[in-house]
Amino acid sequence: MEKKIRVLVAKPGLDGHDRGAKVVARALRDAGFEVIYTGLRQTPEQIAEAALQEDVNVVAMSILSGAHGHLFPKVVDLVRGNGMTDTLIIGGGVIPDGDIPALKEAGVAEVFTPGTPTSDVVNFIKENVKL
Amino acid sequence: MSTEKIQAELAKYEASVEKAVARFPERPHLPEQRLYTPLDIKGDDYADEISFPGVYPFTRGVQPTMYRGRFWTMRMYAGFSTAEESNKRYRMLIENGATGLSCAFDLPTQIGYDSTDPISEGEVGKVGVAIDSLADMETLFDQIDLGKVSTSMTINAPASVLLAMYIAVAEKQGVPADQLRGTIQNDILKEYAARGTYIFPPRPSMRLITNIFEYCSKNVPKWNTISISGYHIREAGSTAAQEIAFTIADGIAYCEAAIKAGLKIDDFAGRLSFFWNAHNNVLEEVAKFRASRRIWAKVMKERFHAEKDKSMMLRFHTQTAGSMLTAQQPNNNIVRVALQTAAAVMGGTQSLHTNSRDEALALPTQESVTIALRTQQIVAYESGLADVIDPLAGSYYVEAMTDKIEAEAWDYIKKIDDMGGAVAAIEKGYIQKEIQDSAYKWQMDVESGARTIVGVNKFQMENEEPPKDLLKVDEAVGERQKAKVNAMKEKRDNEAVKAALADLKKACQDENENLMPHILAAVKTYATLGEICNVMREVFGEYEAHVSL
Repeated sequence: MEKKIRVLVAKPGLDGHDRGAKVVARALRDAGFEVIYTGLRQTPEQIAEAALQEDVNVVAMSILSGAHGHLFPKVVDLVRGNGMTDTLIIGGGVIPDGDIPALKEAGVAEVFTPGTPTSDVVNFIKENVKL
Repeated sequence: MSTEKIQAELAKYEASVEKAVARFPERPHLPEQRLYTPLDIKGDDYADEISFPGVYPFTRGVQPTMYRGRFWTMRMYAGFSTAEESNKRYRMLIENGATGLSCAFDLPTQIGYDSTDPISEGEVGKVGVAIDSLADMETLFDQIDLGKVSTSMTINAPASVLLAMYIAVAEKQGVPADQLRGTIQNDILKEYAARGTYIFPPRPSMRLITNIFEYCSKNVPKWNTISISGYHIREAGSTAAQEIAFTIADGIAYCEAAIKAGLKIDDFAGRLSFFWNAHNNVLEEVAKFRASRRIWAKVMKERFHAEKDKSMMLRFHTQTAGSMLTAQQPNNNIVRVALQTAAAVMGGTQSLHTNSRDEALALPTQESVTIALRTQQIVAYESGLADVIDPLAGSYYVEAMTDKIEAEAWDYIKKIDDMGGAVAAIEKGYIQKEIQDSAYKWQMDVESGARTIVGVNKFQMENEEPPKDLLKVDEAVGERQKAKVNAMKEKRDNEAVKAALADLKKACQDENENLMPHILAAVKTYATLGEICNVMREVFGEYEAHVSL
C-alpha cells in the first residue's frame, strides 16, 4: 500500500481565526492525506514538537494576525533543528505579497493567500513532498 | 384577488415558464421559488408578526422613527500599534464625521497577556492597539471627551479589566461613570465557538459577565454590558440562520446565568445588545435582521417573562463581512461593502462599521478607511434607503424569507435547548461542527464554481498588480511597548499593586463577591492587564479548547 502523506495543520501565535486552517485540513483529508490539527495558540516550540511526535511529512501553518514574519521562520528553524530536514513547510493566511520573498528565504516552501483554491494546496503538497 | 384566483394564475405562470426553464436551466443557490406572491405571506398576522416600528415584536425596527430622526452610529473599528498611533486615528475619524469610536485591541491584550510576556512576541500592536495598563488607556483617549463620545470595545475574556480602565480614565477626566456611553463585547461563548480569544473556562467566565451586568446596572447604567455576537460565527462560515440561532442561544445562556445569580430580567436585559454580520446577499440579510428582532422579542417575553419593552428590543451593531472581501482586485470590495451597507441599513441597524477595501491583505490605510466611512455617508444621505422605515416590509419575498429564517433559527434553538443550552452545545463541539460544515460547503461550492466570487473564480485578471501602500505595523512596536511597560512599573507604587492583586485573588475565591470593584481598584494602582489576568488564571484555570475537524 502506498504510504499516506501526513500533514500537521498548525496555528502558531495567538490568532483565533481558524476557518481557513480547518477548511484546508478537511480538504487535505478528503484528498487522502492523514491530517492532524493542532488547535489554536500554539507556540513554535509546540508545533515543532508535534511535527516530530507525529512524524509528519508536511507542516502547514496559518496566520491571520500579521505575526507571520516573526513566527513562520521560527517554526522552520525549530523543525529543522529537530533534524526534520525533508519536511515540507508551507504557510497561508492574510499575508501581503511584499512579505512573501522573506518568508521563502526563511524556508517556507510556499505561501498561500486568500482566494487560493484548496486544490492548489493539495497539488503543491503532492508535487513537493518527500516521503 | 382571491387566494383561489392567485393560485390559479400562479399555476398558469409556472406552466408558461417551463419551456424557458428547460432552455436556460436555473443557476444553483437560488431561493426555492423563483417568484413570491401573496400566497407566501398569507400566514403572517400583521399585528402579531410584523406590527409597527418600536412595537412588539419589533420586526420593523426598535425605534418608532428609525433613521428619520437620527442616522445609525457610524462607528469605525480601529486600533493598531501603540496607544499614541491609535489615538491619532480616532481623532482623524471623529474629525471626518464618525459618530462613535470602536477600539480594536491586539491579541495579547485580548487574551490577557502583557506585551512583555514571551508569548506576545510578534503579536504586539498587530491586529489592534496594545494596552498593558491604565497608562496606555490614558494615552488612547487623550483629548477625547469620554462624556461626549460613545465607545465600543472589542474585548471579551478580559472585558472587566478594560471596562475598569475606561471608567478610571473617565474619572480622571472628571466624567462620572453614570455618564459613560459605549459597549464592551464581553461575549465569551462565541469565543469558544468561533473567535478563539478565550482565557478562562465557561463557569468563571459566566460569573465575570454577570458581575459586569450587575455592576453596570447600578454604576454605569448607560453602558451596553455585552454585545452578543453573531458576526464572528458568520465569519467562521455559518449560514445566516445559524448566525442568529447560535447567537440567540448564547443570549439565552447569558440571561439564564444572570437570573441564576439573582438578577431580575428587566434590570439588565435593556442593556444587552447584539452584533450582526452584513453579508453579500442583500435581501437574505435584510430578512435575517428582521427575523432576529422578532425571535429575541419572543424569547424575552415568552421565555423570560420580561415586562419592559426595552428588554424585548434587539438592538444591534453591524459590521460588513470581512470574509467576503477579496484579495484579488481589491477595489471591487468597495462595491461589496456598499451593498452590505445597504442591507444593514434596510435591516435597521443601530450602528455600523464598514470594512475597507484592503482588509483581505492588511490593516486598512487611512485613505481606505475614509472611503469606507464615506460609503456609509453616501448610503445615509444620498441613496434614499434610510428615508422610510423598514422599506422592504411587505415584499412577498422578504417577508417569506424572514419567516423562513426565523423557523430555521427556532429549530436550532430548540435543538440546543435539548442539549442543555449553549454552554453544553459548545462543550460538545456541536456548534463548532455545524459552523465548520457550512464553511467547508461554501469553499467547495466556490471551488466547483457553483458559487461565483467575482475576481476569484470568475472574471479574474491576469498579471494583476499587487496593491501598493498597504499599512505596515512597525516591527519595533513590540520593543517600544515593552520599554514603556517596564518604565511604568518602575514609577508605580509596587506595594499598592501587590495589595490590590492580593485583594483581587481573595475576591475571586469567593463566588458571591462581585469582582468589578476589586478590578477597578487594581487598575487604578497601574497593575497591568497581564498581572490581573494571571491572578484570575491562578484561581479560575484556563479553558481547554475542543478540537475537532
